[in-house]
Amino acid sequence: MQNIAPDIEAITGTKVATGIRRVRIIRQLTLIIPSIVLFLLVITAIFADLSWLGLPDVRLAPYDPVKTSMPERFLPPFWAAEGSTAHLLGTDNLGRDILSRVIFGARVSLSVSLLVILITSSIGTVLGIIAGYLGGRTDNTLMRVTDISLSFPAILIAILLAASIGPGYWTVVLALSILGWAPYARLIRGEALKLREEDFVAQARIIGASPIRTMVKHIFPNIINPLIIMMTLSVGMVILTEAALSYLGAGIPPPNPSWGAMVNDGRNFIDTAWWISLFPGVAIGLVVLSGNFLGDWLRDTMDPRLRQL
Amino acid sequence: MTRFIIMRLLQSFIALIGISILVFVLVRASGDPTMLFRTSMSTEEDIARIRANLGLDKSMQEQYWIFLSGMFQGDLGESLTKDRPVTEMILERLPNSLKLAVSSFFISMILAFLLGVLGATRRDTFLDNGVKFLAILGQALPGFWVAIMAILVFSVYWQVLPPYGTGTPAHYVLPVVTMAFFLLPGMMRLIRSGMLDVLDSEYIKLARIKGLPERVVIWKHALRNALIAPLTAAGMIFAMLITGAVITENVFGWPGVGRLSIEALFSRDFPVIQGITIMVAAAVLLINLLVDILYAYIDPRIRYQQM
Repeated sequence: MQNIAPDIEAITGTKVATGIRRVRIIRQLTLIIPSIVLFLLVITAIFADLSWLGLPDVRLAPYDPVKTSMPERFLPPFWAAEGSTAHLLGTDNLGRDILSRVIFGARVSLSVSLLVILITSSIGTVLGIIAGYLGGRTDNTLMRVTDISLSFPAILIAILLAASIGPGYWTVVLALSILGWAPYARLIRGEALKLREEDFVAQARIIGASPIRTMVKHIFPNIINPLIIMMTLSVGMVILTEAALSYLGAGIPPPNPSWGAMVNDGRNFIDTAWWISLFPGVAIGLVVLSGNFLGDWLRDTMDPRLRQL
Repeated sequence: MTRFIIMRLLQSFIALIGISILVFVLVRASGDPTMLFRTSMSTEEDIARIRANLGLDKSMQEQYWIFLSGMFQGDLGESLTKDRPVTEMILERLPNSLKLAVSSFFISMILAFLLGVLGATRRDTFLDNGVKFLAILGQALPGFWVAIMAILVFSVYWQVLPPYGTGTPAHYVLPVVTMAFFLLPGMMRLIRSGMLDVLDSEYIKLARIKGLPERVVIWKHALRNALIAPLTAAGMIFAMLITGAVITENVFGWPGVGRLSIEALFSRDFPVIQGITIMVAAAVLLINLLVDILYAYIDPRIRYQQM
């Protein structure tokens, strides 16, 4: 291939080499920074304390996240005039240390999103492959159900469940899973539909492979890329929905530290103690942003066709 | 076409029954709902009254039948705490929700079109990158937090807008703007990607070769066809609208249906939540039905393929 860089430079007036390098650096940054944030999130969630090893006193968080202290209520962050380095991000309306609660909140966000994504992606993959591979009436019916599930607000199902079985960790997981499989089913169905026409699938059928074997051995390995991309892109979505539910009081019940509920704690004190609401929101934004960036990076690298996701 | 519409109507009807069964089961997932109302103060008579009120003294099938036949007559049961029909309570709050939802929907739709089209036609310019940056931020920041931060800035520091309640036009500003901000990124993404697909197509090239001004190509030929993308996603946009309304109404104490659902949650008034869910489900099905019919009308390929 001949070198066309000078022509491009002449036309556009920009240096090709620097342009490419800049794009390359930005692309690498959109991988590295989100990866660091998410890695830190996992570390914080695991080592918030070591109670799972039987050592509740060994912890990364400076304080017990649910311990209240009336004399230390409404302490501002350390850089403010009345703030102190004992409570770096200040304390809330019950004197609980906000930094410790943000650290423990990582646990809720992370574990809920991992569980929900595991459940929904499994259900969605199975239904999607079945619909796409079998086609016909099965496909039609499953896709009608998927369309309706996609347009049904998960938040309402969650409120309904919170009212009937009571708000709690498993209620949130269940509520987010009831509808969450739909985007996976639709994506995977589309992929399976295309794969069905491929020669290697036809060959498997000719050899006499059963439909189940074909789906498991020949279709599934070829949809793993879009599946991983979709899973990464849904981390942010699930964390945001969990936070919204906890904010509304339909999620993780108090006094458990959940970022959404912490923002709500500060709602009534926004005129005097803005830091109670601010920091957990920043944590949510940072993690969701990282998840989305990582998902976008994976998509652009592994499967650029999926721009629509 | 008639056959297509009848088939779709039938499917929606079956889906509504399916959803009603799901809701019916979910509400009773706890076993005995009266356990939630039992306090140290409640007597056996109170419990029996609640049971009779809920129809829990009847068999499951009978209960479902009452629920279903009531549903089709617009009767969604009685509230447990207010002694009022649920339908009446919802209808009373609905106008407030509509005012908020419709105005923020239109604001975000208009902005999404302007920004989405500009972004797609002027790719990788400063404007496009700025719009993309806002969209990325809007998708990552939780709506309820943005709303509270808006209260902090506009009501606490500058004291130019009321933080809470309804009444004057000024009370609309924060809820409508924060809800529009919540809706904007998703819509913009839809319009931008729809527009990019259309701009790649042959008939746009033809329109340009014909020598039409770029303005006409973009706003007449391309935009019309790019409209199909948001149309097929109308169901998802509706889900976003409901989610946004529930969150926004609760942050700003807006007396709409979204606020009602959370008030009902706190008083464990689940017939109210059940009623809201069924109403939303009916709306979801109606929207999907309308979109299908409209889509088949616009695009004959769909009509013949799915007969």
